[in-house]
Amino acid sequence: MQIYLPIAEVSVNAFLLLGLGGIVGILSGMFGVGGGFLMTPLLFFIGIPPAVAVATEANQIVASSFSGVLAHLKRKTVDLRMGTVLLIGGLIGAALGVVVFNYLKALGQVDLLVKLCYVVFLGVIGGLMFIESLNAIRKTKSGKPPARKKHNWIHGLPFKMRFRVSGLYISVIPPLLVGVSVGILAAIMGVGGGFIMVPAMIYLLGMPTKVVVGTSLFQIIFVTAFTTLLHATTNFTVDIVLAVLLLIGGVIGAQIGTRIGVKMKAEQLRILLAIMVLAVCGKLALDLLLMPSELYSVGAAGGH
Amino acid sequence: MRALAFVLTLLLALPAAAEDIVLGLSKDTVSINTSFDGSEILVFGAVKREAPIPDDPRLQVIVTVAGPHETFTVRRKEKVLGIWVNTDAVEIDSAPSFYAVSTSTALGLSLSDTEDLRHRVSIPRAIRSVGAPDTIEDATRFTEALIRIKSRSNQYQLNEGTVSVDEQTLFRTAIELPAALTEGDYQTRIFLTRGGEVISKYETSIYVRKVGLERWLFKLSRENALLYGIMSIAIAIAAGWTASAVFRIFRA
Repeated sequence: MQIYLPIAEVSVNAFLLLGLGGIVGILSGMFGVGGGFLMTPLLFFIGIPPAVAVATEANQIVASSFSGVLAHLKRKTVDLRMGTVLLIGGLIGAALGVVVFNYLKALGQVDLLVKLCYVVFLGVIGGLMFIESLNAIRKTKSGKPPARKKHNWIHGLPFKMRFRVSGLYISVIPPLLVGVSVGILAAIMGVGGGFIMVPAMIYLLGMPTKVVVGTSLFQIIFVTAFTTLLHATTNFTVDIVLAVLLLIGGVIGAQIGTRIGVKMKAEQLRILLAIMVLAVCGKLALDLLLMPSELYSVGAAGGH
Repeated sequence: MRALAFVLTLLLALPAAAEDIVLGLSKDTVSINTSFDGSEILVFGAVKREAPIPDDPRLQVIVTVAGPHETFTVRRKEKVLGIWVNTDAVEIDSAPSFYAVSTSTALGLSLSDTEDLRHRVSIPRAIRSVGAPDTIEDATRFTEALIRIKSRSNQYQLNEGTVSVDEQTLFRTAIELPAALTEGDYQTRIFLTRGGEVISKYETSIYVRKVGLERWLFKLSRENALLYGIMSIAIAIAAGWTASAVFRIFRA
């Protein structure tokens, strides 16, 4: 069944979109990530204009993180205070990101920027995750628990604040900076930034793992909602029909994914996720490195 | 068939000067709804004349359909520091978003170069590019690229020999409109030519419109962007909440 998307102005197969949403939903349910970093490149591949894909994906993430955060609120695994600090940073970052996005769109370099961001971040995170899970698998065999550092340079910074749920007493500067960088990425890449935020919270801020996912989801809702609004009002690129189709698939997929995830070992899951991330990264990198079959591209008149 | 008969009766009823065009369209409005997946328009008509049919040269028919004109930016990639990056850009001042030329024989045979220049019939002539920046010497390459890319997605079509002409009087052709279509008035022109000269011309419009939900959403997103954005977020939150509520019921 073909469906005409009113904003993207292309006709695509509705079942293809439902299926894409479903597959990414399964993966995000299995691995506990938003799935934006997979969905946006997939949307590029099926011919959705990049600007529409990025803006619409931000809208879809609002839904999936809202659904997730409700579950975490029930389990009391959301640090609202830390979430708010991250959020303030995130909103500043998102505003900066949209400005950068629009500036580069006028220059004709937005595709390049989005793709470069993807290659760099997917490459680094996929690689780190791969090595880390390989080590974890080896360590489980030798039976030694992983050690965590308690003190680092972060504890020397001013403006300290107490975060009770996380059991932390640290400066607000690092969480603010983490928030800003994730906000910029959310606006440029159309992702929630969970795959960057989660490691940053664990390794940089030293937050306990059990509150990390809920807190990151809490702030992602607001940042992506804000990004959606900015894209909708400045670029007119949020396609609600596309978002709804992806949502339906994603929501169903996430339920299935969560059930599969429960049955698998954490290290196996992480190594699978790492391989997947690296595969997407590799495909995007090849596009940048190999000579394209068509050197020219047509866009609407830029500069305005 | 009934339409053709109608045209024929018109033909007998009306007095005419030289060779004139009487035209019919299978539809003059194309509605883009949610399930829109391209459309086909039948263009048919007859030649109305009082004098007997001139024997030589033969009558040829050219049909063009042009979408609303837009300004495009064509960009070229170059290898910079090992990766392919957009570098040069040329602004094409005015090019149709969709353009189809259908002819009864090879375009070069049915239309002389001067007539093509005057009426802007062939695809390269339908595109207007005033000037490229001084730094770019091969500006025509960018126009060629636009035509190449648009032709690949069926948005520019040159269909030679697809207009069938019977007895130098009745003609018909089908124009294929692709699924990725923009809104607007699609200017439709029909030329009658003999020996490369245009002897008669007829113009009309096909209206392409988004309808229903498509129209409402598109208008809202442009005219009331803030409301549209808030609505998008509200729908997303409602969907997320419903999902978790349904999930809870299943678990319980």
